[in-house]
Order: sequence, then structure tokens, then C-alpha cells
Amino acid sequence: MRVAVFLGFACLLAAPAFADAPAASVTLKGHKFLPAEIHVRANQPNVIALTNGDDTAEEFDSTALKVEKVVAGHDSGDVRLRPLAPGRYPFMGEFHSDTAQGVVIAE
Amino acid sequence: MLPALVIVFREAIEAGLIVGIVLAATRGVPNRGLWVAYGVVAGVAGACAVAGFAGRLANLFHGTGQELFNASVLGLAVLMLAWHNIWMSSHGRALAADLKKVGAAVASGERTLTALAIVVGVAVLREGSEVVLFLYGIASQGGTTQSAMLVGGGLGLLGGGALSALMYLGLLAVPPGRLFAVTSALITLLAAGMASQATLFLQQAGYLNALLTPLWDTSWLLPQEGPGIAGILGRMMHTLVGYTDSPDGAQLIAYAATVLAIGVLMQIAGRTHSRSHRAVPHAA
Repeated sequence: MRVAVFLGFACLLAAPAFADAPAASVTLKGHKFLPAEIHVRANQPNVIALTNGDDTAEEFDSTALKVEKVVAGHDSGDVRLRPLAPGRYPFMGEFHSDTAQGVVIAE
Repeated sequence: MLPALVIVFREAIEAGLIVGIVLAATRGVPNRGLWVAYGVVAGVAGACAVAGFAGRLANLFHGTGQELFNASVLGLAVLMLAWHNIWMSSHGRALAADLKKVGAAVASGERTLTALAIVVGVAVLREGSEVVLFLYGIASQGGTTQSAMLVGGGLGLLGGGALSALMYLGLLAVPPGRLFAVTSALITLLAAGMASQATLFLQQAGYLNALLTPLWDTSWLLPQEGPGIAGILGRMMHTLVGYTDSPDGAQLIAYAATVLAIGVLMQIAGRTHSRSHRAVPHAA
């Protein structure tokens, strides 16, 4: 019983607000985001499932979105987005910012 | 060459400004150079470790390991900066009043060197791990660009170091009697900025879900990052005083609460000290 309560509590802690958030998928290949335009729903949390198909690490970085997340080469990671007002939010791969550019469109 | 220069320059400014403030705040304390050097070396070693385990770190705690790590590291730095300020306000008066009387205050100054070395280490760790990942990526790609990247990285490090040195020298130009007040204020704002950034990582991990709406947006006036002088200035202000061009409510509360908490605790520590001195006049 105690274990069950503990596990339930741990799940509450470990599965924060983003559990039900819809996920958009983005792949990095040749230091470019595919797709480079990501459409998400406005005014609710969203998750971008980022798969890094390159050999090297990349940092998903955006001041507008207030996120920075490093994803190692041939690895994947979830970039969690706060609820966004409708609009365009540019992001970049900080380590290859000349090619790795994209935009999140909240609508 | 240019991307390496830009990235290393940017990260070097961020870590360098913090080292500069720490050096100015510990002016006159013996062995401070050694402690700061320990901090830098530990930070570089830690940065390599963090970069090496980036993938595994990220996947901890349901994929929020990286965010929680960043928030914890920033939280630790906030605590250390606060502790330094509070400790100095009760024991560092002699140091501030007359730099020639340093002998008496040496012991008290040295105590907080450990805390400040941790702050330096943490700053280098955070900014350095990005540089390590970036440079490692370039090294593994190989080819003719490698030496150009090294040159770019070296120039970036020099540039960032030079800017930080300028700020340090600027602080040294402050009259010794006021230096303590100035560095205390800077350290308080530095800590507040870090607290505000820590809330961002907690939000990103999904552990803080209230007050997420940006309150205002001054990016048209001073962007927090971006190309050109304005971008560099914005980034420096971001590192130094925690400037954010579109803060949300939680960030603002974290910032204000940190400033308030450190300010009040410094007042209390300072007052307790002077009272105990009046009671025991020979203690000094």
C-alpha cells in the first residue's frame, strides 16, 4: 500500500503538465530542421519531439520560446513548450545556426 | 571560423563577467587567485563530463534531467552568492572600510572564497559544456575547417576575456570604500538573474506551470540576444543583472524574492554584528 502511494506520488511528480500535450516531430539532418516550420496549437502546452539524425550534438535554442535543450548526436529529446499566444516564434540549432533555423507557429 | 568565434565569445563573456565580479568582490583577500583558478579548473573538468554524458543526462527523470540539472546548478550558485553577501555584510566591514587593515579581515574573507570558487566553477561548467559540445562536434567532422575553427574559438575566448577584464578594471576604479557596496549590489542582482533563469528551466521541465505569460516585451529596445552590438549588450546585461526582454510572472517573482531575501538578510546580519561589537568592545 505504502509503495503504491509512493509510486503514485512519484508519477505525479515525474509526469508534469506535459503528459497530455500533443507532440510535433522534428528531425535534424545535415544540420537542418525538417520540417523547419512547426505548427502547434496556441494557448496550451506543446511538446516537440526532436530527433537528432546528425553525428554531433545540437542545442535547440530559442529566446522567444524560452527554451534551450541539448540533444546528443543520434539521440532524441522532448522540447516542452509553454502555452503560446498565437504568433511566430523563431528557433535555431545553436551549434550550426547558419543552417539550423526554424520557426514555431502557434495558431 | 565565424561560428566558433561567436559561440566561444558569447560563452566566454558569460563566464568571464561572473569571474570578474568575484575577483572584484574579493579584492585584497590573499589566495583569491588560487581559489578562482580552482573554480575555473573544476568548471572545465565538469563541463567536459557534462558534455560527455549529455545524452544520458537529458534522459534522466522522464527526459527532464537536463532541465533539472541546469536548475539545480543555478540554484546552488544563487545560494553561494547569497551566503557570500550575507557573510561579508557581518564580517567584511573592516575590509570595506580600510583596505590597509586587510590583515584583520583575511580570515573572514577566506571563508567565503570556497563559496565564490563554487560559483565560478558552476558558471564555467554551464557555459563551458556548450563550448565543449560544439568544439567536439567540429573536431569529429574533421577536414580543413578544423584549424580555422580553432583560430575562431581562440579569438572568441580572447574577445570574451578582454571584455570581462574591462569590466573588472572598471570595478577596480571604484573607490575602495564603495567597492564593497558596489560588488554586493552586483552579486545580489547576479543571483537574482540566476534565480529567474532557474525558474525557466523548471518551467521547461513542466514543474512550474503558473504565471507563464510574458508581462512585457522590450526586445525592440534591447534584445536579450541576437546579432550586432545591441545583442551583445543585451546578453551582457542578461548575465550581469538578469535582464530579460520578456519576463513572465514567475521569473519576476523569483527575481524580486531573491533581491529582497538577500537584502533583508544582509541588513539583519550587519545589525547583529554591530550590536555584538558594542556589547563586547574588545572583540575587535
